[in-house]
Amino acid sequence: MTRVLGWLAALGLLAGLAAGFGYAPREAVQGNVQRIMYLHVPSVLTAYLAFGLVLLGSIAYLATRRPGWDRLAGSAGEIGVLFTGLTIVSGSIWGKPTWGTWWTWDARLTSTAVLFLAYVGYLLLRSLIDDPDARGRYAAVVGILGAVNIPIVHFSVKWWRALHQPSTILGPEPSPIDPAIGLALFINWVAFTLLFAYFLSRRMEIARLEEQT
Amino acid sequence: MTYARRAWIVFYKDLVIERRSKEQTNALLFFCVLLLFLFQFALGPDRERLAAALPGLLWLGLILAGLLGLGRSFLAERENDCWEGLRLTPGDKSAIYLGKLAGNCVLMTAVEIVLVVLFGVFYNVDLWTPAAPLALVLALGTVGLAAVGTLFAAMTTHVRARELLFPVLLLPVQVPVLLATVSATQALLLGQPLADVAHWLKLLAGADLVYVTIGLLTFEFVLEG
Repeated sequence: MTRVLGWLAALGLLAGLAAGFGYAPREAVQGNVQRIMYLHVPSVLTAYLAFGLVLLGSIAYLATRRPGWDRLAGSAGEIGVLFTGLTIVSGSIWGKPTWGTWWTWDARLTSTAVLFLAYVGYLLLRSLIDDPDARGRYAAVVGILGAVNIPIVHFSVKWWRALHQPSTILGPEPSPIDPAIGLALFINWVAFTLLFAYFLSRRMEIARLEEQT
Repeated sequence: MTYARRAWIVFYKDLVIERRSKEQTNALLFFCVLLLFLFQFALGPDRERLAAALPGLLWLGLILAGLLGLGRSFLAERENDCWEGLRLTPGDKSAIYLGKLAGNCVLMTAVEIVLVVLFGVFYNVDLWTPAAPLALVLALGTVGLAAVGTLFAAMTTHVRARELLFPVLLLPVQVPVLLATVSATQALLLGQPLADVAHWLKLLAGADLVYVTIGLLTFEFVLEG
């Protein structure tokens, strides 16, 4: 099952590369730089999926105390941090030629960075507790609070920027999206979701083996 | 014993301990004075620059004091098997959280009053005119900080590298509280009416409600030790 997922993800990523570089047309305003979007957008969608699973696993662990739910939450948290990191790095690389800067305190960038830091803290907490049950309970509390906090962070950061200065640096998004670009994006999103499922299944298996020793 | 009575007993116990030992209050007040000096040295004597940075400095000071004060709120329970005693308390464990939270809010409020007065004196800002709305912002911010802080403090009491982990967990969660309080304080100090910062107050109140609710619901799982 896991192996099949892995091959599907590899095939999907190959198709995504072909679609992103071969099939999709060159974007008129930004040029080839826009193709980073095929990495950037699927990454952030995958990260949100991962953090959603952290919330689900956390609540389910507190309710049932089955170790499997904790493994789901912990594994999804790790992969979520990975994809959030990918989102920030790819966005940064895109931002340099487009906005002329690696980083700006734009609302979206800031809230993504806060999200990243919150879940790094979550992973740090997990790494510092040895007792599996205590680790599961504490991590679940932090996982629930972190997920519920996402909308609060989102609004506070949005208003914070809105009060200081309008977002003038935001580059023009390609809209309406060309159907070819949309299709390439969709293929990459499916590939990333498959890759996430593969990572998650591997990571949960490793976590299960770790607990046996 | 009713729920309120159990929460009250935890609250009263913490206050009595603090009144007799004066461990935290004394150290925290001294810490606040030191912070004021540090801010002054870091920014230089320029009045305008200090005034512009004031709301941020005030809340940075409060958060730093909160990290030290809140992080210690469950340390006393580790001695003499007090933790076991708390766990053996009959009924809903969230009453303990409520009592601890109330105690922490009182401690933080005491620190805040001193810090705000010191800011007014040392940096020569008029904090008296917007005193009432400022108190509202301070109160809402304190509840938000203490609600998460109390929960995480209970959690990190038994963890290795407690002093490091507590801020690392707490600070990212506190970003909305910090943004809202600093923005609201800034607007109030500039003489804007309370209505101009209503959206921040609503956000703070909503965040407080969410944090306290989650604390009440999950404290039971943290207390298991």
